Amino acid sequence: MSAQTPFIDIRHAKKSFGNLEVLKDINLQVERGQIVAIIGPSGSGKSTLLRAINDLDPLTGGEIWLEDKQINKDLPHRQYERHINEVRQEIGMVFQHFNLFPHLKVRENVTLAPRMLKGLSEAEANALAEEQLTKVGMIERIDYYPSQLSGGQKQRVAIARALAMKPKVMLFDEATSALDPELVEEVNLVMKQLAEEHMTMIIVTHEMGFAESVCDRVLFMDQGVVVEEGSPEVIFRNPGNERTRNFLRKHLEAQRA
Amino acid sequence: MGLDFTILPKYLDIVLLGALWTIAITLGAAVVSFFGGIFLAVIALYAPLLVRWPFRAFSFLFLGTPLLLQLFLIYFGLVQIGIDVPAFVAGVIGLGLHFAVYNSELFQTSILAVDKGQIEAARTLGLSRMQALRKVVVPQAVRAVIPPIGNNMIALLKDSALVSVIGVSELTLSAQRAIGSTYRPFEFYVLVAAIYYIINLGMEAVLRRVERRIQASK
Repeated sequence: MSAQTPFIDIRHAKKSFGNLEVLKDINLQVERGQIVAIIGPSGSGKSTLLRAINDLDPLTGGEIWLEDKQINKDLPHRQYERHINEVRQEIGMVFQHFNLFPHLKVRENVTLAPRMLKGLSEAEANALAEEQLTKVGMIERIDYYPSQLSGGQKQRVAIARALAMKPKVMLFDEATSALDPELVEEVNLVMKQLAEEHMTMIIVTHEMGFAESVCDRVLFMDQGVVVEEGSPEVIFRNPGNERTRNFLRKHLEAQRA
Repeated sequence: MGLDFTILPKYLDIVLLGALWTIAITLGAAVVSFFGGIFLAVIALYAPLLVRWPFRAFSFLFLGTPLLLQLFLIYFGLVQIGIDVPAFVAGVIGLGLHFAVYNSELFQTSILAVDKGQIEAARTLGLSRMQALRKVVVPQAVRAVIPPIGNNMIALLKDSALVSVIGVSELTLSAQRAIGSTYRPFEFYVLVAAIYYIINLGMEAVLRRVERRIQASK
């Protein structure tokens, strides 16, 4: 670890719904350019943690920092809204169910936020859309509606939409879980490409092979705590914790079945 | 006295002029009811209580009283407090607001039915709640309710006949005037019914085209 302050710093993150504690004192530091995978059984809190980073699911305790800015700052409502809208522009998010805007063409899906928030002209926004869509291999479908695309294509457009805001970090919330198996690879390829460009990424995933080949660090979460954390080699080849071993074994069996 | 339809051509220009007024009132009121409906729906769902309540009272007023009475109130009543609206404008506003309240109910349901992931996606890009509503949620909600909104528009066309009572020379009133000088109610009412029906067919054709066009973008 370098001496500099971490790029993303999650300190004592806590979250509960009523009596149910979903996150119990989570700490996570991510360096710039690092790629972190979060794995764990469903209900372990991994998605909640990810969604806390851009405040979609606000924490009930603890702090989240992006560089020198606290994300979940305690501010009056109006000021907080302005603050969080700015912060979110720097954090791209990709969802399991894509959440493309069905009433807009691929091009407009990508240009909507840059035009509204960064004041780009139509020409600038179009150039940006073409650049991002080329990157994810979707330029030929720029004038299609989302309903005319396959799942894998939708997810690639969703990635382009997030990238168009030039985020400092990308969050992936089970980005390939809703895809047919044969479509997973095309999305993985785009994510690998981002990894090669040293995009900082936090990836909640069930794809152990992908996590192992792409990520710098892996977190195993269960019941709201980080049970084990380490390099992919350690977590996948030689996990120290019993729960991690159980989870990985069950996961492997489920995949073979 | 037998039926004599040969009397009609002589009065056709008056009746057709009336038909044009009917179309104009219907279009004007349709626009008011469409955008007014969206506006009322957003207020009803998202405005703070202090804003929401006066609008809710207004909605009850328009839902719970006869349209005819509302037209009288706007045209004859408002003059007394110094607001003198021309009959045509009173008709457009009265019909428009009345149907805006109906449309608002449809829009509210469809706004709530838009997938939560849509707002989340918009918000994670940095859009404010209002921006997300305006650019992402409302356009989708509107597309989802085009068929029932279209039905309201057709009801609006038919109810536009009520505007005759405040003296707008639309289709029904034109017919009544022609009847006044010819004493041929049956012939003229049949003619007017046929014209309403034709306008109706035109509206349905437009609606079907709109529905086809938005098919891919749903």
